[in-house]
Amino acid sequence: MAKVNSKPYQREISNTRWYWRNETYMRYIARELTCVFIGIYTVVLLVGIWRLSQGQVAYETFLQALRSPMSIVFHLVALAFSVYHSVTWFNLTPKALPIQIGEQFVADRVIIGAHYLGWAVVSVVFIFLAGVF
Amino acid sequence: MAKSNKPIVWGPFAAGGTVTAFVTPVLILLTLLAALGHVPDGLTYEGMHGFASHWLAKLAIFAVITLSLWSSAHRLRSTFFDFGLRRDKQIATIVYFMAIIGALASLMFLYCI
Repeated sequence: MAKVNSKPYQREISNTRWYWRNETYMRYIARELTCVFIGIYTVVLLVGIWRLSQGQVAYETFLQALRSPMSIVFHLVALAFSVYHSVTWFNLTPKALPIQIGEQFVADRVIIGAHYLGWAVVSVVFIFLAGVF
Repeated sequence: MAKSNKPIVWGPFAAGGTVTAFVTPVLILLTLLAALGHVPDGLTYEGMHGFASHWLAKLAIFAVITLSLWSSAHRLRSTFFDFGLRRDKQIATIVYFMAIIGALASLMFLYCI
C-alpha cells in the first residue's frame, strides 16, 4: 500500500451543535425536539389517569401538583412546541397524502387548509366538552 | 423482496403524529387552565371519572396515550441519531420498550377506573 502523506480529513462540525449553522437545520431540529415535550406531556397524562384510578384524594393531589410554577412553565413551553408540531405536520400533509381528482391534483393549500379547519373544530369540541364554557 | 420492520414502526408513528397534531395542543391548554387554578368542569374528579368510566372513552384515552408515546419514541430515536448517538439498535430498543411499558400501564390504569 502506498504511503499516504496527507492528513485525514477532519470533519469540523460538532455532533451536538451542527444545526446552529443554518436556519433550515434549526427549524428541523426544533421540529424533531417537539417529541421530547409531547412525550413528557403524555407521561403527565398517564400519571393523571393513574391518580384517577386511585380515587378522588389521589386525583385531587395530582391537580394540586399541576399548579406548581415548574408545571406552569412546562405547560407553556410544551404548548408552544406542540403547536409547532401541529403546524409542521399539517404543512407536510400534501406530500404525505396527495389527492388526485381526475387529471388534477388537489391544491396543497386546500389539503393543508382542511387539516387546519379540522384542528380548529377538534380544539373547540374538546374545550366545549371539557366544560370551559 | 427485502423484509423490513419499517412499516410496523412507521405506521403507528404516522398515526401518532396525526393524533398529537390534532389533540395535544388543546389538551395542554385544558391542563394549563387547571395548572392556573381554573379547573374546567370536565377535569374535576367527578367530571373525569364520569368520562373515563365509559368504555369508549377508555378506548380513546388508550389510543391517544399509546400513539403519542410511540410517535414520540420513534422521533426521539432519530433525534438521538441527529445528536451524534449512533448506537441506533440499543436506542431503538430502549425508546420503543418504554413506549410499550407506558401503553401497558395506561391499559392497567384504565381497567382500574
